[in-house]
Amino acid sequence: MIGQFDPLKGKRFQVLAEDGQANPEWEPKLSGSDLQKIYGLMATTRAADLKALKLQRQGRMGTFAPSLGHEACQIGSAFAVQTKDWVFPYFRDLGTYVTLGLPLKYYYLYWMGNEEGMHIPADLNIFTISIPVGSQLPHAVGFALAMKLRKEAAAVVAYFGDGATSEGDFGEALNLAGVFQTPNVFICFNNQYAISTPVRRQTAAKTIAQKATAFGFEGIQVDGNDVLAMYAATKEALVKARSGGGPTLIEAFTYRMGNHTTSDDASRYRTEDEINEWAQRDPIDRFKLYLKAKSLWDESFESRIQKKADEWINKAVAEAEETPPPNPDDLFIHTYKEMPPDLEEQLSELRESLKEERR
Amino acid sequence: MMINMVQALNQAMRQEMEKDLRVVVLGEDVAADGGVFRLTEGLLETFGPERVIDTPLAESAIIGASIGLAVAGLRPIAEIQFMGFIYPAMNQLISHAARLRNRSRGRFSVPVVIRTPYGAGVRALEHHSESTEALFCQIPGLKVAVPSTPYDAKGLLLASIRDDDPVIFLEPTKLYRAGRQEVPDELYEVPLGKAKIVREGEGVTIVAWGAMIPVAQVAAEMVEKDGLFPELIDLRTLAPFDRATVLESIQRTGRLVVVHEAPKTCGLGAEIAAFAAEKAIFQLEAPILRITGQDITVPLAKGEDYYYPRPERVAAGIKKIMES
Repeated sequence: MIGQFDPLKGKRFQVLAEDGQANPEWEPKLSGSDLQKIYGLMATTRAADLKALKLQRQGRMGTFAPSLGHEACQIGSAFAVQTKDWVFPYFRDLGTYVTLGLPLKYYYLYWMGNEEGMHIPADLNIFTISIPVGSQLPHAVGFALAMKLRKEAAAVVAYFGDGATSEGDFGEALNLAGVFQTPNVFICFNNQYAISTPVRRQTAAKTIAQKATAFGFEGIQVDGNDVLAMYAATKEALVKARSGGGPTLIEAFTYRMGNHTTSDDASRYRTEDEINEWAQRDPIDRFKLYLKAKSLWDESFESRIQKKADEWINKAVAEAEETPPPNPDDLFIHTYKEMPPDLEEQLSELRESLKEERR
Repeated sequence: MMINMVQALNQAMRQEMEKDLRVVVLGEDVAADGGVFRLTEGLLETFGPERVIDTPLAESAIIGASIGLAVAGLRPIAEIQFMGFIYPAMNQLISHAARLRNRSRGRFSVPVVIRTPYGAGVRALEHHSESTEALFCQIPGLKVAVPSTPYDAKGLLLASIRDDDPVIFLEPTKLYRAGRQEVPDELYEVPLGKAKIVREGEGVTIVAWGAMIPVAQVAAEMVEKDGLFPELIDLRTLAPFDRATVLESIQRTGRLVVVHEAPKTCGLGAEIAAFAAEKAIFQLEAPILRITGQDITVPLAKGEDYYYPRPERVAAGIKKIMES
């Protein structure tokens, strides 16, 4: 399918129309329980995101990047990932983590300002967060190159935003991926803004997907508010990558419904009308219409999902808030595998001065 | 075997690649061309294009991809063609290579070696004579090593490849083919973080590294006729540097001269001097002296000798500090 939607010809891949009607040609073959599971992940992600926002307002959470509006592109793509694949996230990836099974406690802990939040359990193939924009892309390519050299049939997914496509690392990494034909799937969440800068000020190209052409591999623009389209496109790109077909660039055309971060005020640079227009295309509402038509959604299902989500979220908040802050040793021990003597000395100085203060 | 530094480094890579299948070499022109200084000559023929990898001309991607390779379990040796071209990759080094162990709370580590020729004295083009080691020494999580002899080059590189943290491995261009030395055929390590007293002496300690070691040696010989016998320490690892050896020596000699070719301001000499002052100022008999490059752009070939500390400048410095 990827080859049939040439971004240079203005094609955008969609499965679910805005009224929730599926295009039978592209509708993925997912069981009713999988479809309900996807809906649950979307609803849970949104609830967890809104909870984080509330905690931030109450001073219980630090600055973080809300995922509101990204549920389809995060969950649709991550649902296609297999446990042997690797995922390199950026910094707006709550739904991705939720789908891949990262306990929510970790996400909350990290944004509360505790390094332990990035201590991702060893059974999850998730790389750490990368805050410098686009800088994780070369890592994802290097990692995929290692898989290719070892002839492992697994793929590496890397996420980033539209702003990242202006970074040198985007060009360097995708170029390398093209040259080495690495098993990468690059997923750009084009949410129209990099903080305040609209995508038309990032690039004069009509789409981000078409940039793949210059690197010698396929790109596809996907309706990023269509969870089934995101799932289908990612799945195909992953199969291609795992079987030696090389990299793919997927542009998820979506909208950042919230602020860039909790420190941002998006009303300074975009209009109410624009926000309202995109609110009509809410990814969860669209998927709900689809499920409803299939008799997979009703009010009681919704309340069960919400109740489960609330319990899960409240437990994660409690666990995160009960986690003690790091002690000085925790901050030193992972600088090198073995602590050099001068660092030992600085650590004991810190311990001493803390002892003095407590006196 | 009597070999030069280029041969010693090549031998280290070859022998470690034979022994450890995780080791791969990547960079610009490292495979078919064997590297612009021929450091990787013959490796492609022996180990093939999957382990000796010519990359596109993209420093950030070379180091960034090396991070990914390392996290995936390989041991990449990345070559940056000249130190003056490493800056596009600073974000990868500072923001990721140095911190991934900490950010992941020890789950991921980045055992990469970034090899790069550095330093003045070879009449090169602009950007080919940089000596900006201090930029890396300030970054927690990075290690910086600099050999000054073929023997140390082999042993330090092997220790760097086997180290579980990222090492910036600086190769003094001027010393690549400056002389031959007996280098054992077998694999051996020169441990990171350990300096070497190259010349025992009294009354003054010279701390230097890389291409400044032979310069300081000549200077030390020059002042012998004045009855002066300086001690000379080759730091060998700049981060973390061997504070114990430096401290023991200056407590014994009572004077400290640091020689480096990097600019004076915020050069590593400043840190060594501050360390000496913190730990031993009352045991010093004279103010600490730094003999360094000036705070100017490294001159092109015709002006290079004004910049680069020469033996005469170092000898004059030694005499001056001995007078106080």
